[in-house]
Amino acid sequence: MNDTLIGAHSGRANGALRKKRGAFAAFFHELKANPFMYMLALPGILWFFVFAYLPMGGIVIAFQDFKAVKGITGSKFVGLKNFEFFFRSDDWIKIVTNTVFLNVLFIAFGTVAAVGIAIMVTELGSKWFKKISQSIMIFPHFLSWTVVAMFVTAFVATEGGFLNQLLGKLRIEPIPFLSSPEYWPAILVLLKIWHGAGFGSIVYMAAIAGINPEVYESASMDGASRWQKIFHITLPLLKPTVILLTILAVGGIFNGDFGLIYAIVGRNPALYPTTDVIDTYVYRSLMDLGDMGMSAAVSFLQSIVGFALVVTVNYIAKKTAPDSAIF
Amino acid sequence: MIRESLTDKVLKSLFYLIIALFSLYCLLPFAAVVASSFAPEAEILKGGYTFFPKQFSLEAYKLIFADQTIYRAYGVTMFVTFVGTALSMIFTCALAYAISAKTVKYRNAIAFYVYFTMLFHGGLVASYLLISKYLGMKDSIWVLIIPSMISAWNMFLLRNFFATIDESLAESAKIDGANDAYILLRIILPVSLPALATIGLFYALGYWNNWFNALLYINDPHKFPLQYLIQRIMNNLDYVNQLSADVSIPNYIPPAITVRLATTIVTIGPIVFLYPFLQKYFMKGLMVGAVKG
Repeated sequence: MNDTLIGAHSGRANGALRKKRGAFAAFFHELKANPFMYMLALPGILWFFVFAYLPMGGIVIAFQDFKAVKGITGSKFVGLKNFEFFFRSDDWIKIVTNTVFLNVLFIAFGTVAAVGIAIMVTELGSKWFKKISQSIMIFPHFLSWTVVAMFVTAFVATEGGFLNQLLGKLRIEPIPFLSSPEYWPAILVLLKIWHGAGFGSIVYMAAIAGINPEVYESASMDGASRWQKIFHITLPLLKPTVILLTILAVGGIFNGDFGLIYAIVGRNPALYPTTDVIDTYVYRSLMDLGDMGMSAAVSFLQSIVGFALVVTVNYIAKKTAPDSAIF
Repeated sequence: MIRESLTDKVLKSLFYLIIALFSLYCLLPFAAVVASSFAPEAEILKGGYTFFPKQFSLEAYKLIFADQTIYRAYGVTMFVTFVGTALSMIFTCALAYAISAKTVKYRNAIAFYVYFTMLFHGGLVASYLLISKYLGMKDSIWVLIIPSMISAWNMFLLRNFFATIDESLAESAKIDGANDAYILLRIILPVSLPALATIGLFYALGYWNNWFNALLYINDPHKFPLQYLIQRIMNNLDYVNQLSADVSIPNYIPPAITVRLATTIVTIGPIVFLYPFLQKYFMKGLMVGAVKG
C-alpha cells in the first residue's frame, strides 16, 4: 500500500511529461536503480503507515456511534452528534481555555528562563562553575513526570509539606494546595521551568556560540558595557532562534502536556477548574466512560486546530522573518 | 585588553548568584526526597518531610528490596530500554540514511510522508483502538516498544547529520569496490558516532521514562515498568500494604510515605550514575544539531 503512495507522488512529478504507464515504469526503474536504499527505507515507511496513518483513518469514529463489538466497519454513522454533545457540555470552554492558557504560560516563562540561563551562563568566567551548574540545571529534564510528581507531593502536602512547613514558621495558616486550584497554574509553570529550562538553554547556548566573536570585540573597543553587548548584540542575534522555537511551540498549543498534568494532578477533581486540559479530558472520557465517539470527536478537533495553527503560524513567520519558517 | 568597569563586575556577580540559585532550585527537590526517604516514617508523620532526618532509617529500602515487585519492574524496564533502543536505532538509521542520499529520487516524498505525521495525527482514541483491538497488543510487553519505535523528530535530526557527511567519502569507497551496505556500516555509521550516541540516549531515556503506554495497555502487574509502578504506588496503598503484610509487630504502621520516596530514588538511581558520562555526548550532539538546524 505504501508503494502506491510513493507511486502517487512520483506520478505527480512526472505526470506532465509521461503517460500513466510511463510513470509506473519510471517508478520501478528508480526502485531498481537503488534497491538497497529503498529496502532500508521500507520498514520505516511501513511503521509510519501502521502507527501514524492508520490512526488517521480511525478519525471516522468521531462521526460514528462507535460500538467496540461492531468495530469501525459495523458501527452506525451519526453525523455531527458527537461534536454537538461535546459543545453542549459546560466542560469544553473550561478545558480549551485551560489548555491554551497553560501552554501560553509555559511558552512565555519557559523561553524567558531558557534564554536568560543561556545568556548568563555564557557570560560566566569560571569553567568549573559553568560545568557543575549546567549539569545540575539539565538533570531534571531526565526525570519522568511520575518521579517529579513524587517530588511535588513532598512540597505541597498540607500536612508536612515543605511549603506549609515554611508558612508555619512564618505563622501563616497552612494552605491546602491539593484542593486549591488557584495555585496550580503557578505551580505547574514553576515545575515546567524546573524540568525544562536548563535543557532548553542548550539550544540558545549553541546559537550564542555561533555568533562571530569579532562583533563582541569591536563592541568592546567602542566601550560597550556587558549589559549593552547583551542587549544590542546577543539578544537581537538570538531572535531568529527564539522565533523558530516559539513557532514550533505555538503549533502545539492545543496539546496539553498529558505527562505533566496527569502525573502531577492525577485524578483530583478539586483541581480540574484550572488544570484539566483537552488531553486529560479525552483520556478520562475514553478510559472511564468508554465514550469512544465523543473522545474521538474531541481529539479530532484538537488535531485539526493544531494542524491549522502550525500552518498559519508558519505562514506568518515566512512573511515576517523568512529565516525562521520551518517549511 | 580593556579593563572591566565596576557595573560589568556587578552584573557578572549577579549572574553568578542567579545561576547558583537556580541550580539550587533544581537540586533541592531531589535532595529533599533522598533525605526524607532515609527518615523513619514516624518522624515524617510528626514533623513533615525533611532535609535533615534526625534518625537514619533503611526500613523503606529493606521492605522494597525484600519484595519481588521492584526486581520485576526493573527487569521489564531494562528489557524495554535495551531492546527498544536497539530496534529504534536500527529502524531510525535505516530510514534516515535512505532519505539522506541525494541519489535516492523519492527522498523528498518520503521525508514529507514522515513530516506530515508530525503535523497531524489521528488522536488518542484511534491509536488506542488500533493497538488494543485491531493489533491485539494489550498486555504484551512489546506494546511498550513497538508503538514508540521511531520518533520523526530524531529521524530528521539524524538525516540532517548524515546529509552533512562529505559525499566524496562514500564515492571513493564505491570506486574501491565497496557495496552500499559496507559503506553504511563501515564508513557512515562510525563517522556519525556522536550523533548516534545522542539519539540513542534520547531513545533510551524515552523508554526508561515511559509510563503512558503502560497506563493505557498494561494490566498485568508482572509487566509493570518502573515508572508506572511509581504512578500506581502514588495512587493507592496496595503495594505498601502488601510489602508490610509479613511484618508481625503489634501496632506496626506501614511506612507508606517513605516507601514511596525510596521507590522513586531506586528508579532514578541508574540515571544519576550514568548521567555524568552521558552528558558530554548529548551536549555535543545537541549543539551540532542546533547550529545546523
